[in-house]
Amino acid sequence: MTEIAALTIAGKTFSSRLFTGTGKFNSAALMEDALLASGTELVTVALKRVDLAGKSDNILSYLHHPQFNLLPNTSGVRTAKEAVFAAQLAREALETDWLKLEIHPDPKYLLPDPVETLKAAAELVKLGFIVLPYIHADPVLCKHLEEVGAAAVMPLGAPIGSNKGLRTRDFLEIIIQQSKVPVVVDAGIGAPSHAAEAMELGADAVLVNTAIAVSENPVQMARAFKLAVEAGRLAYEAKLATVQKFAAASSPLTAFLED
Amino acid sequence: MFDEIFANYPWEDVKTSIYAKTAADVERALGKEKRDLEDFKALISPAAMPYLEQMARFSQAATQKRFGKTMQLYVPLYLSNECQNICTYCAFSLDNKIRRRTLNNAEILQEVAVLKEMGYDHVLLVTGEANHTVGVPYLKKAIALIRPYFSHISMEVQPLDQDEYEILMAAGLNTVLVYQETYHQENYKVHHPKGNKSNFPYRLATPDRLGKAGIHKMGLGVLIGLEDWRTDCFYTALHLHYLERNYWQTKYSISFPRLRPIAVGTTDNTSLKSFATYMSDKELVQLICAYRLFNEEVELSMSTRESEKFRNHVIKLGITSISAGSKTNPGGYAVEPQSLEQFEISDERSPQEIARMIRQQGYEPVWKDWDQALEVVS
Repeated sequence: MTEIAALTIAGKTFSSRLFTGTGKFNSAALMEDALLASGTELVTVALKRVDLAGKSDNILSYLHHPQFNLLPNTSGVRTAKEAVFAAQLAREALETDWLKLEIHPDPKYLLPDPVETLKAAAELVKLGFIVLPYIHADPVLCKHLEEVGAAAVMPLGAPIGSNKGLRTRDFLEIIIQQSKVPVVVDAGIGAPSHAAEAMELGADAVLVNTAIAVSENPVQMARAFKLAVEAGRLAYEAKLATVQKFAAASSPLTAFLED
Repeated sequence: MFDEIFANYPWEDVKTSIYAKTAADVERALGKEKRDLEDFKALISPAAMPYLEQMARFSQAATQKRFGKTMQLYVPLYLSNECQNICTYCAFSLDNKIRRRTLNNAEILQEVAVLKEMGYDHVLLVTGEANHTVGVPYLKKAIALIRPYFSHISMEVQPLDQDEYEILMAAGLNTVLVYQETYHQENYKVHHPKGNKSNFPYRLATPDRLGKAGIHKMGLGVLIGLEDWRTDCFYTALHLHYLERNYWQTKYSISFPRLRPIAVGTTDNTSLKSFATYMSDKELVQLICAYRLFNEEVELSMSTRESEKFRNHVIKLGITSISAGSKTNPGGYAVEPQSLEQFEISDERSPQEIARMIRQQGYEPVWKDWDQALEVVS
């Protein structure tokens, strides 16, 4: 059986290309079961949900599995300055340099601020963080982030939590084509078929949260996403057949050349 | 400023247009993905009543999509019942002969210890309006005092000036609730005959001042039972709509407190029902769902004013945060539990009982969803 190629980000190798979130589950125990079923190896956690005083209902106590690498995120911050401050706190509390950089000054649609994100990414890289920025599917911004040292880019497929799929598909294709760092499609992936589509396009990984957490059966849905991500990646590696846009029968326009 | 928008919406016109909505208007609203203010009118109109189950389904799905299967928990901490206002519906009204008390530092910490024991991480500070004793300096000291114990501090006190909000935000304040009580400008005077609070325009402009101060989150609402709830709640939606566009970096929440019997009033539940402004349980569900269908991102909050049975069911229909184990008297948790409450609590279950109920409903109780570290005040 063919194994999918491993993914390396900042020197760390992942055999699963499904990254997951930890919000919106109806219990921490169910979250743990779903994440285990998903096969995920990179799990993002909102700093705002972590009780740094370490009380009993702490979300972290459900993530103590060797395969889960933590990816703290800065959800809630509105500026580069706040992001840098929160990142340092996260590093100290969770003992990791990895960071999902999220800056959304707009609390309604939680859309990322490209200006502040680029600023913060540059500073955080200098401070030794492994920065994975959540951003719009903006190919130019992705190149800028790459230049300042982002370890990967995480463009959105659709507004976060919307489950709408790859509404930014045309831009994702450009980003994937141009990027020198791994591309992780984040936000908007609402169904396993969306995840498979992203992987078929050549995305290096996807990050899924709402579609698993809010499902009627998160464990089963997690497994469905695992399979879809693997299927999409296998298909990409096997070189998908291109869609035939032309017929090849006769050549009325060029036949004269053969005379 | 909101007053310019407000001036374009005379009360009687709004009321008439809500009550003129038809089933066709409701169906059109339900069929849309993004709904506008006219759709909101249809959804709160009597014509929407037959569609309540459908509204509830949509509301539940939209709420879960945005907020997940989670329920935030917060608790009020009454710091003072001193008040210079006369409000016809409130137990703390100046003309009520009750013992007045303002907690000192030691007393606040006694109360905080109990709230921490209950598991709380989000506290709502509440006072009456007594600017000499419970003004900005007192509030600033109180916020600084409790800041180490809570990750999220909300406040529900008299409206303040923009610079005063900025002072309190620098001290650690995250959220301000300021309810208009009613948008019926003429009758506002009747309900609030004396004190600073009787200044309708100043209160109406408070969310603008908060927005300009850059507050993290603000809470809106009206006191249901003062005037026609449908009309009043339309103005809340109008206000929200305006604020979101003007202060787009602020988060919003809405509450819908229904008038409860108060300590010295004569109102009981039976006589409440005879009021023209009475709102039934069914209508409150309609309102909650209508807010959600109008705005998928707004937080909807429900207090212990509502009954056990009602809260058990309604938390799944659009609500995102609830309080539990609340005391509405200063010192009520530890210092002086027997003193007079601002309003009577209906759901008296402890926070742990509520958390259990939330889990039984298939939701996760969330005690902490913010961190002081995330807000760097420049």
